[in-house]
Amino acid sequence: MKQFWKSMLRSPSGVIGLIILVLAISIAVFGPMLFPNSPWRMVQRPFLPPFTLSTVPLGTDALGRDVFAGMIFGARVSLLVGLVSTLVALLVGVPIGAMAGYFGGKTDDALMRFTEFFQTIPSFALAIVLVAILQPSIYSIVASIAVVSWPPVARLVRGEVLSLRTREYVQAAIVTGQSNTWIILREILPNALSPVIVLASLMVATAILLESSLAFLGLGDPNLISWGYMVGAGRTVIRQAWWITVFPGVAILISVLGLNLIGEGLNDALNPRLSREGR
Amino acid sequence: MMTAPPAVSIKNLRIALPKGAERPFAVDGVSLDLRPGKIVCVVGESGSGKSMCAHALMGLLPDTVSVTSGEIQFEGRDLLKLDDDGWRDLRGRRLAMIFQEPMTALNPLMRIGDQMAEMFEAHGLLTPKERRAKALSLAREVGLPDPERIVRAYPHQLSGGQRQRAMIAMALALEPAVLVADEPTTALDVTTQAQILKLIRNLQRNRNMAVMFITHDFGVVADIADQVVVLRHGKVVEEGPAATVFNEPQHDYTKALLAAVPSMDPPARAPLDDQARAVEVIGLDKTYVTSGGWFREDRRVDAARAVNFNILKGETLGLVGESGSGKSSVARLVMRLIEADRGTVRIGETDLTSLSGKALRTERHRIQMIFQDPFASLNPRRKIGHIIADGPIAAGTDPKVAFDRARDLLKMVGLDAGALERYPHEFSGGQRQRIGIARALALEPEIIVADEAVSALDVSVQAQVLRLLEDLKARLGLSMLFITHDLRVAAQICDRIAVMQRGAIVELKPTAQLFAAPEHAYTRELLAAVPGRKERAPAA
Repeated sequence: MKQFWKSMLRSPSGVIGLIILVLAISIAVFGPMLFPNSPWRMVQRPFLPPFTLSTVPLGTDALGRDVFAGMIFGARVSLLVGLVSTLVALLVGVPIGAMAGYFGGKTDDALMRFTEFFQTIPSFALAIVLVAILQPSIYSIVASIAVVSWPPVARLVRGEVLSLRTREYVQAAIVTGQSNTWIILREILPNALSPVIVLASLMVATAILLESSLAFLGLGDPNLISWGYMVGAGRTVIRQAWWITVFPGVAILISVLGLNLIGEGLNDALNPRLSREGR
Repeated sequence: MMTAPPAVSIKNLRIALPKGAERPFAVDGVSLDLRPGKIVCVVGESGSGKSMCAHALMGLLPDTVSVTSGEIQFEGRDLLKLDDDGWRDLRGRRLAMIFQEPMTALNPLMRIGDQMAEMFEAHGLLTPKERRAKALSLAREVGLPDPERIVRAYPHQLSGGQRQRAMIAMALALEPAVLVADEPTTALDVTTQAQILKLIRNLQRNRNMAVMFITHDFGVVADIADQVVVLRHGKVVEEGPAATVFNEPQHDYTKALLAAVPSMDPPARAPLDDQARAVEVIGLDKTYVTSGGWFREDRRVDAARAVNFNILKGETLGLVGESGSGKSSVARLVMRLIEADRGTVRIGETDLTSLSGKALRTERHRIQMIFQDPFASLNPRRKIGHIIADGPIAAGTDPKVAFDRARDLLKMVGLDAGALERYPHEFSGGQRQRIGIARALALEPEIIVADEAVSALDVSVQAQVLRLLEDLKARLGLSMLFITHDLRVAAQICDRIAVMQRGAIVELKPTAQLFAAPEHAYTRELLAAVPGRKERAPAA
């Protein structure tokens, strides 16, 4: 573990990514406590440019709502959706991949055809359809993002398990009479985790983008403000009031960039051989 | 004879390891001469620095190590002072190397002939047509069958021995003065090894090359060496003409190494005829089928054909054969790690092949396995205590009792109880193999299946582990199925030996009889191919 942090902190992209993520999370957690104004309240005249009034530093939108407050509350939704939907996708994808890889044969065929069924449908289209059917809410958004993002996890885990299950220590566990569940949980998965962690960090970034895209199309949770919704709402007036779309857009860019950097850093830290040769 | 000037002269070579390594120098003050027409064998156990010497001579040292002093004189130049261009000019043309693993040393996407021709191309020699002709004549010279066809083949279409021949042809293409061979026969079967050794010997005589031959196997040394250099921890402990080193070793380490090489004479063993049968294997069949797709026939490999044998209580049955003979498949069939197409495995009165699911899991403890690779057979993320105790705990033993037993077992295999809380990477190969043995014993089995259990170990460690196995077997009254490719090891530990060829047992006899009067032609061939047979037999 100590070794892991050491190599993580040695890669510059990992450090920058971590700093961005920690900042984003602390804004999401503590921001609304420091700025308790609701982002939906109209506080000033509409289309107030940024940096004119210190009470509304980033200006107001078409209805006179505070862009800065929207940014802070939006961070909550974006990060929450990103993390929770990734978690759900892992909970679906890891067991399916592990079972397919471990048992092989017909189980593998059945599970992989099922996975391919989801992979053949364009993921964003499926997400839109699902949210539209289920009514836009934070739950349906998380669920639909999870549904479209688990297949790559299952594929990756299956590949890892497939190579690990022929290792001698797994065979040793079989001949000592341990049950399949225990072998998967104790002998195989811990050794297959590194690439999954790397993938997960990138999935959080994709999930944030997906949520923003859904909200941009008006399929966000109507009760919660999010960065994507702000970009979508400001789209029509982008020529008169650039700040309404640009600030949340930059927030999306930076957090996605940060997560990608973390992914890269994790990859270096968890594959020490690659990172040493790479430099 | 010895007055011929050396082709290469290594003087006081010192190679520093990176900080934090187990010792400061990988190679510490090594001096040796390679003379034309002579083979110098550099012998040592793993980690002795023998490969480093070879790589230094070829300028292939990894970036993490550095040469701190010494020189390598070759044709009036110090090789250690060469720049990249200088190296490129010499490598292949004047200095050539063959590697241990011929599969990874050849480009899988390039035809064999093209790879040979590339040697000339790299040095801008000959026209394409001449290169092709030369490749063909080289293939012929190293004894590749059907050279016209084989120069157009890809590496995966060749057998291991043929690949190594192709590697040798490439190394010889530009008639180098010096050939460096880094464990060139370690990955090969004994019969192939014998052929390759003979080939190297002949080519080296004909071309008057100086050869540096790196090996860990004293049998190979006995067959091929003119001069022997024994390395230990990066230092030369003994050097001299082969005959002197073998017959009058001076240094204790050399003596210990030589003594650790198992002899080909099986010791006398008490007959076990009146014992009950521990394992009975009847008519085991297994065929692997690789689907060829729509347009090609399926590929079938017989891993086991009507394999019959039984093991008595307290007996060790050896299963010997070359790679691909199906001996490991038989081990896995007996363990029910793979399913047989036909046949029965009976342990005592229980028919193991008829069980499945939970019933199988509860019977599994009676037959346990020791694996080949001590680095792959322990889960790197679990502590030793868990590795040993997991089996008994899964079988319903109280965890506390299981861990106490694990502690006793560690003591029994010669490790201290502190090992319980440590991870596998903190142990050496020999220690890991002991842990693997402790894991197998934790379930109090009646039968142990050892699949090449000592093949990955150095000779001295190998001898210790064999002694441990023998001792434990006697103390606990175990039966053993001992799978090995090494007839020397088999001679020492087995009561009876079964020889396998292409999935079938061709001969099964008590060890002493098998060695004294082999009947089957294949058994005779195997016995004749064991390296170092002639020189060692009378001394042992």
